[in-house]
Amino acid sequence: MQRDALMFYNFFLAPFGDVATRAALIAVVSLSLGAGPVGVFLMLRRMSLMGDTMAHAILPGVAVGFLVGGADVFAMTFGGLIAGIIVAVLAGIVARVTPLKEDASLAAFFLISLALGLVLLSARGGDAEIVHVLFGDVLGLDARKLMLIAAISTVSIFILALIWRPLVLECVDPQFLRSVSGAGGPVHLVFLALVVLNLVAGFQALGTLLAVGLMTLPAVAARFWARDISAICVLAILIGIFSGYMGLLISVHSGASASPSIILVTGAIYVGSVLFGRVGGVLRRLFQGKHLEA
Amino acid sequence: MTALVQFRDLTLGYERHPAVHHLSGAVKAGDLLAVVGPNGAGKSTLFKGMLGLIKPLSGSVEFSGLRRADIAYLPQAADINADFPINLYDMVAVGLWRSTGLLGGIGRKHRATIEHAIEAVGLTGFEERAIGTLSAGQMQRALFARLLLQDARVIVLDEPFNAVDTRTINDLVALVQRWHGEQRTIIAALHDLDLVRTTFPDALLLARELVAWGKTGDVLTAENLLKARHMCEAFDEDAAACRVDAA
Repeated sequence: MQRDALMFYNFFLAPFGDVATRAALIAVVSLSLGAGPVGVFLMLRRMSLMGDTMAHAILPGVAVGFLVGGADVFAMTFGGLIAGIIVAVLAGIVARVTPLKEDASLAAFFLISLALGLVLLSARGGDAEIVHVLFGDVLGLDARKLMLIAAISTVSIFILALIWRPLVLECVDPQFLRSVSGAGGPVHLVFLALVVLNLVAGFQALGTLLAVGLMTLPAVAARFWARDISAICVLAILIGIFSGYMGLLISVHSGASASPSIILVTGAIYVGSVLFGRVGGVLRRLFQGKHLEA
Repeated sequence: MTALVQFRDLTLGYERHPAVHHLSGAVKAGDLLAVVGPNGAGKSTLFKGMLGLIKPLSGSVEFSGLRRADIAYLPQAADINADFPINLYDMVAVGLWRSTGLLGGIGRKHRATIEHAIEAVGLTGFEERAIGTLSAGQMQRALFARLLLQDARVIVLDEPFNAVDTRTINDLVALVQRWHGEQRTIIAALHDLDLVRTTFPDALLLARELVAWGKTGDVLTAENLLKARHMCEAFDEDAAACRVDAA
């Protein structure tokens, strides 16, 4: 019995005795709190792919921050934030004043932005820097980075609570929102800023590419388990946290790289949800049982 | 009765082509007004112009003693994302926006009002249903419940009874009459002329130009209706600039 307990401890808890692993866990938990609900709204606005696009778009800003401030997190974060907002706003303007739709103009700007970012990074740093920015280093987080991630998730939750009602209404019935309040436009911009902020937080830990994973995958997985927006958001957060914990465990025990392990666990949960989900899952549809009386 | 909404030589349209052409007239407080006309006559455009959703090409809409928040608007084929995971109760509850605003909580008094509104449209028991599972008629009832909560002085309904069965129409018309009894001003675009004759004291017949506006019996004459039908709906790509404006 005691042996079992010890084994349990060694397997599930002991890895987090290590400071770096513990910091990684804290980072992933904070990230999930902010990015989870943001990802849910991206999904419900059919903008899930936009997270990916924005993640690429913030790269030149990160690069400029890196060139100016060296490896300073705040310089890189601030640069990424500015770049993301510039791309989002430019894409929004082009979509409004020309016949081009927002997704197409966003695609154009993110490609330009990504290329610019890579040119800037390769001009100064070596390949190692590029790999670091693209794939992050969840086990190399210091206190400053943790503070930044925690601050961003705190701000996200606070702002989401503040704009919750108009944000939901803008998805459900934008005409009604326009008829009762002028909050629609500003709320959209604030939401885009939240997307960028959370991606910037994510790239510290997981890298630009995988930051999107923790935003998008928990949301789409959660959709298969609940019918109510609040429940979906809570589930997305829990799925993110659980994936972070499991991913880190797998990484510690197997020696695999941590960030991709985390995203792979999220991916596995997504696949499981598609198959077994209570709301619209594949098996549920195949074997729905006899129809009801009324 | 004072004029609540005044149209002054109002022209509304898209890309300089008029959809409502030189309309003048006034909606009085407490009016129960039907806006009638063929498809493409400019009914929806007129409502959008009234609500400030599109800017006039010329002329103006003036309100006296009326704020934007005093007007409740039910658009035609409301652009509702029924896939969104939200239940009927929450959908109806946002009708209280004027008293709760962006952040205000929904208290016990509010809950009673919401339940009352849902009951008034006959949807008690459906509160927890996801909006995606409602039928067209149930959705329209839900939207009327939301209008009830908006408690607006002016209610604008754009073809509210399309794709809705007779029983639902009767129930919803009863609500419209209740609003009329409460001295609210109601403007509704409708195609069912019998319903207009039996329920709406005033009518506005539109066919891009104003055909007639007044007592329903005087407006919906065979002659006027024929005139409306013949008025050209064509959207002439090469139309010259309107000379009335120059005059």
